Amino acid sequence: MAEFFTTNLIEYVSLSEAWATPLGYILAAMIHIALLLNVVAVGALGFIWLERKVAGRIQDRLGPTRVGGRFGWLQTLADGLKLITKEDLMPAAADPFLFRVAPYVAFCASFAAYLALPFATGWVGQHLNVAVFFILAVLGIEVFGVILAGYGSASKWSLFGAMREAAQVVSYEVPLGLCVIVPVMIAGTMDLIAIGDMQAGMVWNWFIFHDPFTFITFWVFFTCATASVNRAPFDLAEAESELVAGFHTEYSGLRWSFFFMAEYGSMFLVSVLAAILFFGGWNGPIPITEIIGLNETNGALAGYVGNLLGMTNLIIKASLGVTVMIWVRWSFPRLRIDQVITTCLKYCTPIAAMMFLGAALWILYLPGGLWATLRLSDPLGHTREAAPDQQAAAMPADGERE
Amino acid sequence: MTNLLTQPVGVSHYMAVGAVMFVCGIVCMATKRNALGVLMGIELVLNGANINFIAFGSAYLQKDSAMSLGLDGQLIALFVIVLAAAEAAVALAIALNFYNNHHSIDVDRADELKG
Amino acid sequence: MDQINWHTFFFLLSALGACTFALMVVFTSNIVRMAFFLVLSLTSTAGLFFLAGADFVGAMQIMIYVGGTMVLLVFGVMLTAQERFVSLKTSGGTWSLAALAGGALLAVLLQTAFSVDDWKAGDTAQAGQSQTTATRIGLGLLGARFDEGTSGYLLPFEIVSIHLLVVLIGAAYLARAKRRAKPSADNPADRSD
Repeated sequence: MAEFFTTNLIEYVSLSEAWATPLGYILAAMIHIALLLNVVAVGALGFIWLERKVAGRIQDRLGPTRVGGRFGWLQTLADGLKLITKEDLMPAAADPFLFRVAPYVAFCASFAAYLALPFATGWVGQHLNVAVFFILAVLGIEVFGVILAGYGSASKWSLFGAMREAAQVVSYEVPLGLCVIVPVMIAGTMDLIAIGDMQAGMVWNWFIFHDPFTFITFWVFFTCATASVNRAPFDLAEAESELVAGFHTEYSGLRWSFFFMAEYGSMFLVSVLAAILFFGGWNGPIPITEIIGLNETNGALAGYVGNLLGMTNLIIKASLGVTVMIWVRWSFPRLRIDQVITTCLKYCTPIAAMMFLGAALWILYLPGGLWATLRLSDPLGHTREAAPDQQAAAMPADGERE
Repeated sequence: MTNLLTQPVGVSHYMAVGAVMFVCGIVCMATKRNALGVLMGIELVLNGANINFIAFGSAYLQKDSAMSLGLDGQLIALFVIVLAAAEAAVALAIALNFYNNHHSIDVDRADELKG
Repeated sequence: MDQINWHTFFFLLSALGACTFALMVVFTSNIVRMAFFLVLSLTSTAGLFFLAGADFVGAMQIMIYVGGTMVLLVFGVMLTAQERFVSLKTSGGTWSLAALAGGALLAVLLQTAFSVDDWKAGDTAQAGQSQTTATRIGLGLLGARFDEGTSGYLLPFEIVSIHLLVVLIGAAYLARAKRRAKPSADNPADRSD
C-alpha cells in the first residue's frame, strides 16, 4: 500500500521522491491504524450493545429499546457522548501521573495486540512469525494498566482490585500458555496466518476436531481466556458487588471508557484468537469460496472477495465467542480469589499439561488427526502438512542424525 | 554533519543504547535505598547486556555478516531473560521476608546478617 | 534530501524510549513510578530486539519481563508500599559518587562501542526480510544446530529448567505465609524509626 501511495503522490501531486516515500509510508500506516482502531472502537460499540441486550434477555427484560429505533442499537453511542461530556475527576490523594496514564496503558496494550492479528490470508497489520506469542505477551501488559490504576487511585477498593488482578495474572498465564502451545504444536508454527490456512477444507480439518485432546484444550483455553480479559466469573478486579467497581472505582468520563474499550477490545481479541487457533479461522465449515473459485489464483478481485467473505466468517465466529462470554457472565456467580487461583493452577494447569502431552503423543503416532485416522476423505483433497519452515528445519536435522 | 536518519545503524549504536541502560542500572543499584529499586537496577543491567547479545547476533548489523554471533546471541539472550526472571522471583521473596521480619524495605537497614 | 532509512528511524525511536525511560527510572524516587518507567524501558528494548531481527526473543522479552517479572515486582512493591518507603531519598554524597562512577563507565563503554569500524554501519537494507527464528531457536535448545556445525544448547537448557524448578520451590518457601512479627518494644528494628 505504501508503494501505491508513493507512486500516486509522485505522479499526481508531483512531489519529489524524497518527500513522497515517507509520506506514502505514513499514509499507509495511518490507514492501517484507522482500520484497526475501527475494529476496536466499533467492535466495542457493538459488543456493549450486545451485552446489554443479552443481559436483558437473560434476566427477562428487554434491554435498551429507545435510542436509534426499536432495538436501541445507538444506545452505546449515546452513552459514549455522555461519557465524553462528563467531568474528569481525580481523587486528591491519588498519584496524578499514574492515575492519568493507567487507562492509556490498558488501552494501548489491548490495541497493540491487534497489530499481529490476521483477519484473512494476508490481511494483517504486521505479519509476524511469532504472532501467537506476541499477542499473548502484549495482552499481558494490559493487566499492568489495571494494576497501576488500582494503585494510583489511592483508594482501598481500587488497591484490592489491583492486588486481586496481580494474583490472578500469575495463575492464569500458565495454563493459557500451555493451551496455546497445543494448536501451535500441531501446526508446527506460531504464524497465525499459516495456522489459519492449515485448517482449510471441511469442518473436520479444524484443530478443535483434530483429536480429543485439542477438543478439551479448547475449553481450558476458553476458561483461561475469560480469566485473562477479566470477565465474570473471573472479574475479581472489578467485582462491583464487593469492591464498588474495583480498580476503576475512582475513574469517570473518558478515562473510564478507555478501560471499557480495552476490556471489550481484548474480549474480541481472545475470541478471534480462539477462532483462528481452534475453529479454522477464516475458513468456513464447508469451503464454499474455494469450490466456486474465490481465491487469488482467479485474479485479484476474486481473492479480495474471498478474503472479505473469510473475514466475515472470522468475525461471526469471534462474535459468537464474545456472546458466549456474555452469556457466561450473566449466568454464573463470581468466584472468590482463592477459587480463581485454585481453578487456574490446580485444575486448568494439570489438565492443560495432560492435553499437551496427549496431543504430542497423538501427532507422533497418528499424524493427520482423528479424521485422517478414520479415513474420512476431503472433497478438495486437503492434506495437513507441516509448515514449510518446519519442513525445512527438519530436513537438515535428519541428515545430521544419519 | 551527516543526517543521522539517512545512515544505516550498526552494532555500535545498539551497544551505545546497551551502555546507557547498563550505566543507568548501575547508578540505580548504587543510589536506591528501596530493595525493590535495587532489583530494578539489576533488571536494567541485564537488559543492557542483552541488547549487546542481540546486536552481535543480528545478521545485518555488521559489515561482515560472517562475524555475527548468529543464533548463539539470541539463545544466550534467552537464557539471560530466563535467569533474570528466576533471580527476580528469589530476590523478591528475600525482600518480602526482610520486610516481614524488619518492617522495612530500606537496604541500609539490612546490616545485621543474622536470623 | 536522501532517503530516510526506516530501520534507523525506528531504531532511534526505540533507542530514545529505552534510554529516556531508563534514565527516568534512575531519577524518580517514587518506587511505583520507577516500576512503570522500567516497563516502558523494557518494552522499548523489545522493540530494539524486533529491529535486530530477533522477533522470538523480543516477544519473549515482553512476555517474561514485562508480563511476568514486572507484575511480580509491582506485586512486591504494593505489598511493601507503606507511606514511608514509597519515596526513600538518597544522600547527595551517594548520588555524586554514583554519577562519577557511572559517567566514567559510560565513557569507557561508549568509546569501546564506537572503536571498531566494522560495527559502525550494517547492511540494514535486508532487515525487512523476516526469517523464522523460532524454529531454529527451538531446535537449538534441543541440541540440534543445523545452521552451524556446532552442538546445541541441550545441557544449558536442562540446567535452566532444573534451576527454574529450584527457584520456584525456593521462592515459595522463602515467601511462605508466616506469623508476622508484631511491631513491639522488644524489637530494636521497630524502635529506631
